[in-house]
Amino acid sequence: MTIQQERVEVLLPEEHPHHAEPTGLLKWMTSTDHKVIGKNYLYTSIAMFLLAGLMALVMRSQLVEPDNTLVSFQQYNELFTMHGSLMLYLFAGPFAFGGLANFIIPLQVGAPDMAFPRLNALSYWLYLSGCIIMLGGFFTTGGAADFGWVSYAPLSEATNSPGAGPDMWILAILLTGFSAIFTAVNLITTIFYLRAPGMTMFRMPIFTWGMLVTGILILLAFPVLSAAMVMLFADRHFGTHIFTVQGGGVPVLWQNLFWFFGHPEVYILALPYFGVVTEILPVFSKKPVFGYKGMVFATIAIAGLSTSVWAHHMFTTGVVLLPFFSLMSYLIAVPTGIKFFNWIGTMWRGHLSFKTPMLFAIGFLIVFLTGGLSGILLASPPIDFAVHDTYFVVAHFHQVLVGTAVFAGFGGFYYWYPKMTGRMMREPLGKAHFWTLMVGFWLTYVPMYALGLIGMPRREATYPAGLGWTLWNQISTVGAFLMGASFIFWLVNIWISWRNPIPAGSDPWEYGQSLEWFTTSPPPHHNYNKLPPIRSERPTWDYYHPEAPKVERNGKQVIPALVGASSGSPDASNGPGAAGNGRSGGGSNPPEGHEDGGPS
Amino acid sequence: MDPKGKVRLSSTLYLTFLAARFSFVTAEPEDLTVPSERGSARNSAISKPHRSRGALALAALVGAGVLLAGCNLPAYGAHHGSTTQGHDTFKLWQGDVTAAIVVGLIVYGLIFWSVFRYRRKRSDNSMPRQFHDHPKLEIVYTIIPLIMVLVIFYFAVLTENNVDAVSSHPDLTVKVTAFQWGWKFHYLGKGVEVIGNTQHYPQMVLPVDQPVKIILVSADVVHGFYVPKFDFSRYAQPGVVNLFDLNVRHVGVYRGQCSEFCGLYHSEMIFSVKAIPDSQFPAWLAQARTTSPSHLLPGAPVTPVPPNVTPRLSTQVP
Repeated sequence: MTIQQERVEVLLPEEHPHHAEPTGLLKWMTSTDHKVIGKNYLYTSIAMFLLAGLMALVMRSQLVEPDNTLVSFQQYNELFTMHGSLMLYLFAGPFAFGGLANFIIPLQVGAPDMAFPRLNALSYWLYLSGCIIMLGGFFTTGGAADFGWVSYAPLSEATNSPGAGPDMWILAILLTGFSAIFTAVNLITTIFYLRAPGMTMFRMPIFTWGMLVTGILILLAFPVLSAAMVMLFADRHFGTHIFTVQGGGVPVLWQNLFWFFGHPEVYILALPYFGVVTEILPVFSKKPVFGYKGMVFATIAIAGLSTSVWAHHMFTTGVVLLPFFSLMSYLIAVPTGIKFFNWIGTMWRGHLSFKTPMLFAIGFLIVFLTGGLSGILLASPPIDFAVHDTYFVVAHFHQVLVGTAVFAGFGGFYYWYPKMTGRMMREPLGKAHFWTLMVGFWLTYVPMYALGLIGMPRREATYPAGLGWTLWNQISTVGAFLMGASFIFWLVNIWISWRNPIPAGSDPWEYGQSLEWFTTSPPPHHNYNKLPPIRSERPTWDYYHPEAPKVERNGKQVIPALVGASSGSPDASNGPGAAGNGRSGGGSNPPEGHEDGGPS
Repeated sequence: MDPKGKVRLSSTLYLTFLAARFSFVTAEPEDLTVPSERGSARNSAISKPHRSRGALALAALVGAGVLLAGCNLPAYGAHHGSTTQGHDTFKLWQGDVTAAIVVGLIVYGLIFWSVFRYRRKRSDNSMPRQFHDHPKLEIVYTIIPLIMVLVIFYFAVLTENNVDAVSSHPDLTVKVTAFQWGWKFHYLGKGVEVIGNTQHYPQMVLPVDQPVKIILVSADVVHGFYVPKFDFSRYAQPGVVNLFDLNVRHVGVYRGQCSEFCGLYHSEMIFSVKAIPDSQFPAWLAQARTTSPSHLLPGAPVTPVPPNVTPRLSTQVP
């Protein structure tokens, strides 16, 4: 049925009037193109990441010896608050759903742009305003916010934390929160309504699935955060007493509201990166994703469970139902385990080539597994009592978040950089980046587990000598500086690729599977001048690798790699480009209801 | 059943499940290599070595499980728990970490096996087989982790009930008030109050081997009552009264500290718990009622230190 549509004449990019658009700075500022906005997001969020990383290095320097006075207590408190806020609100999330997803999702579903391009631009500008306002807190007289990224009330109330810095922090969270909500609306709409003909839901790449589910989680979580921030602001300035005991308020309400956002947020930061890894592993193993549908259902299960585990951050409050939240937290291990085995199954009996993105993806598997296992320990309330708010927890969530946002995130960056810029990054520098980061990672966080177990609480500006904490802290600091140094390789890599470009073809990794590897690098204005037939979740592979062995499903069924039995087959002799599609004009073909009768 | 027996049972249970899983892991991935012939191969001789290898692994692991459960598990870097509650937690910790390590080794083993065994040869441009899924295998590795976490959850609940149990007739009740930045220990009905701040770290003296009920409240923001060697912490929150028991097992001085970030001098909010023999406790109470050494200020009001006080004036490290 869709064959007719897929064979609409190729429209060449030169015929488009869109291309009389501004260049240079004006382009970056005025564009509604998802690719430009995606890059804006990427560069801004990476700038936030580097800043937050520098803050971490200052903190690690402070902790390198007991009773150190490199920074004051006040400065230290501001540093860890801003480190956490920048990393979680302004880097890890926006890097995934603002940067990578913004650029990649329309390409992966075969759409010319996001569903709402101007809303997309608004999201970015709200986000950038949030970044500037949050950092502006440092220039107020009272300093930046200093109550931790969780801003527990009543510490974050006006009596305990007066000043403009905390207010700017609240405003920044509101702005970036709305930017996240708008981006989520945009992503969900794009995925539901702008898929190319033939791109059924179960042919979407797992990254697209991950972003769809992430978008839904954002719609659940971020409005609650925004509401909590408005309440906190009202407490601070309008005389309400929502979180103060003196006025009849309930401080624990803050923790409930915050973590009702906060735990889905953890998966908002994880699911996109799970998706990135699921994109990288098959391409560098020359195999399809193992257990595609299992992956999808695991993603949905994780998202569902993530909305009912928030109180595992509140085990030690004494006011939550421990067994319920403990059980729910444990259950998340099951879908996560499915994902792990599917990732291993994807590599199993493949032909693995260890290019930089693949190294980072495997690095993710290795580091995230430790973070996940320590997470299972923490899901047990008594063990959480013993190590809550210590460096054990710090080590746990850094292993999880560095695993996702840094290992998988930068794996995704290396993977899609050629697509975004049309330039290759250098392999040796990428590998140097990986290995330095990997060594630094273990040196930084293993000592933190030990520190937590022997009793060092988190968020301590300094510590006394004689407790056996010094050596562990010193090792951790060395590791942190190694991790910091690894990003010099990355910056140099970008610099070299900028000054001395090696052009990337449309499919620089040779075995690209999803749709984005079909178009040029960087993609033309409306992404596709032609589309391959979409008969499976890896249309580009099907098109370029007819020689590949048949796909085996359920151990028995053998299905032709390119087309289903009932649909017409574009001859392989047509070659690339023959099966064109008229989507490049930006018209919105209705993709719904195009079922081509092929197997799915 | 004595607590030690419980731990042994738990470890044996974990390891039996892990053994079952490991046997499956060794057998099934081999199956992956012949999915199209699985039906026919099932009854043929080819599958036999796999199955017997799986059975061997199972037997070996069950054996190892029994052996391990019989021995003392390592502490894995944690404090042994100087209260009976903390010691329960410690035993749960030992079992859980053992399970986590075994799971970790299996999964790491699979990852590294894939990475080293299936690396692409330099000149090899052939295509690997394109298998896409394996529903039976996928169902198995959904159900086994599910059973495992349910078992771990069961033991977590058992321990949690012990740790959170509050005795109805404690010999001694201490009301602990946390404030920015110090602690007040009020011995209810005994006429003794101990207060300390960042300059004079307070000390809570408790009788050993006696259940002591703690009533934990906060005067201002959220704090955390945390004694590392007790393997226990609990938030002190405005608007919430938290109750728990401490039953200190050994005489000694235990360092404690606020664990939940509470403002400028959070890291100076230090205290200690001193456990003394039960026979000496009445004498200590009597002395505390009459004398007032620097860290014992009976009946003094809760006055937080002004924030501009220079921290760490105290050289006392409890």
